[in-house]
Amino acid sequence: MADEAVQLVDVTKRFSDEVVAVDSLNLTIGDGEFFSLLGPSGCGKTTTLRMIAGFEYPTEGSVRIHGHEMGLKPPNERPVNTVFQSYALFPHMTVFDNVAFGLEMKKVEKSDVESRVRRVLDQVQLGHRADAKPSQLSGGMQQRVALARALVNEPEVLLLDEPLGALDLKLRQNMQYELKDLQSRVGITFVYVTHDQEEALTMSDRIGVMSHGKLLQVGDPHDIYEAPRSRFVADFIGEINLLSGQVTAAGSARLGNGVEVGIPQGHPASGEVTLALRPERLAIHRTGEAIADGRNRMQATITRRTYFGDVYFYDVEAGFPEPLEVKEENRPDLGTHDVGDQVVVSWSVGAANLVSD
Amino acid sequence: MTQAPPRLDEEAPVTPELERAAERAESRRGFLIGLPAYAYLVLFFAIPLVLVFVYSFASRSSTGRTVLEDWNLDSYARLVDPLVLEIFVRSFVLALITTVVCLLVSYPFAYYIATRGPGVRNVLLILVMIPFWSNFLVRTYAWRVILGSDGIASQISQAFGGEELRVLFTPTAILIGLVYGFLPFMVLPLYAAIERLDWRLVEAARDLYADGFTAFRKVTLPLSMPGIVAGSILVFIPSLGAYVTPAILGGANTVLMGDYIVDQFLAARNWPFGSALSFAVMFVMLLATIFYFRAGAKTL
Repeated sequence: MADEAVQLVDVTKRFSDEVVAVDSLNLTIGDGEFFSLLGPSGCGKTTTLRMIAGFEYPTEGSVRIHGHEMGLKPPNERPVNTVFQSYALFPHMTVFDNVAFGLEMKKVEKSDVESRVRRVLDQVQLGHRADAKPSQLSGGMQQRVALARALVNEPEVLLLDEPLGALDLKLRQNMQYELKDLQSRVGITFVYVTHDQEEALTMSDRIGVMSHGKLLQVGDPHDIYEAPRSRFVADFIGEINLLSGQVTAAGSARLGNGVEVGIPQGHPASGEVTLALRPERLAIHRTGEAIADGRNRMQATITRRTYFGDVYFYDVEAGFPEPLEVKEENRPDLGTHDVGDQVVVSWSVGAANLVSD
Repeated sequence: MTQAPPRLDEEAPVTPELERAAERAESRRGFLIGLPAYAYLVLFFAIPLVLVFVYSFASRSSTGRTVLEDWNLDSYARLVDPLVLEIFVRSFVLALITTVVCLLVSYPFAYYIATRGPGVRNVLLILVMIPFWSNFLVRTYAWRVILGSDGIASQISQAFGGEELRVLFTPTAILIGLVYGFLPFMVLPLYAAIERLDWRLVEAARDLYADGFTAFRKVTLPLSMPGIVAGSILVFIPSLGAYVTPAILGGANTVLMGDYIVDQFLAARNWPFGSALSFAVMFVMLLATIFYFRAGAKTL
């Protein structure tokens, strides 16, 4: 068996001449991988998932699962199962019958169905609610039934379409851990569609960021967050400061506010560059405070302070069209800055990241 | 002297008396809204029904007058007369077949409408309702023209080398007329039920290895059951008591319950027996409805 669980080759999906939902997408997802497709709504991530499931067929290109061309195979002939957004549990069946559905369709022997359904229901801690109807369960329980209903079939690939979207924050965080644990336990390939960057970062082995039907960047969570290659990826994942400048010499550029700063290697010899800087990589210093070597620095004024409990967010005016955003931990030894304070903002040259437009 | 405005921060404590008063006010308002409906039901349903009920125990004079004395159960005893039973069974079976045919014709049609885009959908729904714009009697007479021995249906049959059609004045003609007349009552509730369906459930079934037909049988059909139940009741009940259609298309040979009851009131002048028949039909309809609702509820 091939190491690739899912392979998308030049996949394009057109709904009409104008609407291109997915645009010549190439992607290989490894066996046993937890892969997230991340992007804003309408970016084509759900359409991509639906093409793997067989609910949509690519206009061009091919979808392969474990090396087998899927072509026009209907969903029931594909070795994948889906956990739907808002679950799509059968309201007229009990929890047990919902979970048993796939096995019964595959004509698994009755006694086998019984034991496998019981086992998977126990796994998601719903053994005691087997006879309940879905409408009698809480959102979190319904979510687990949906998972059980897919997992009981032991699919080669599990497709999850924003499965946590309908849950409240606390429950969502718990389910993130549960899902990740479950995935590493059962060893099934997960393809997880979400618009929530935190979900993608905390659970995935790798993330593919999509926008307007194109796959912009694929990488592990660390790469995606620390080394976004484009303005869109940098901006979509977390908070970011984007600063444009002109290259002046090897390793340095003049920013929009006239300050010359050091830039990381790999930049073009001349012309414009865009620096991406995470708010937590910027430091605020009181005037006169010592600053370590190797850090870029510029004069600035605090224009806003927002309290988030664990952190403070500062808007800092430094001569750019938009204020810089700086994030500082709420620690007594760091102290706080007041609006109007004259400060120096610094960052280490390596903390910035060059992005393309 | 002006009164001081009530202070909003000093709400009066909610006592049980206050709560009860509020409840009473609430139910008074509910009663007022319902009053026209109640008045209508009492005037045009309850009172006539009581009259019919009283009449069914009265006796008939030799000249055909209804005598409101000598109360007896004779009219009810006649219900088990073989002739009456035969008419009843015939009506029941015909209503049943009408319902089944309507269901079989309407389901695919309603499914088709419900799965179209909004534009096409509205056009089709209007087409379903257009027949209502003309008089039912006229439309039923039109069938007489179509089904007659020199009618369009017969001519088409002959053009293809078939025989002259002898459909008019048979139970088949009544069936065609009833199906035609009551089809919209089946299509509309079915459409409503299918249109409401969550199609992701069908996708989920397909995802769980069900082929198209199995997904329909396991998901679409049970979930559209409310529409099936509602449509069947809306077709079965008027079919069982139908009078106009059998009278126009059935001729003299096929007596159904509707004609028979009318005969008792107008021709045979036996109002007590007519009343008893009416009650018997109502009773059967009630039983059928309850049974059907129960069966429908079980599949849900």
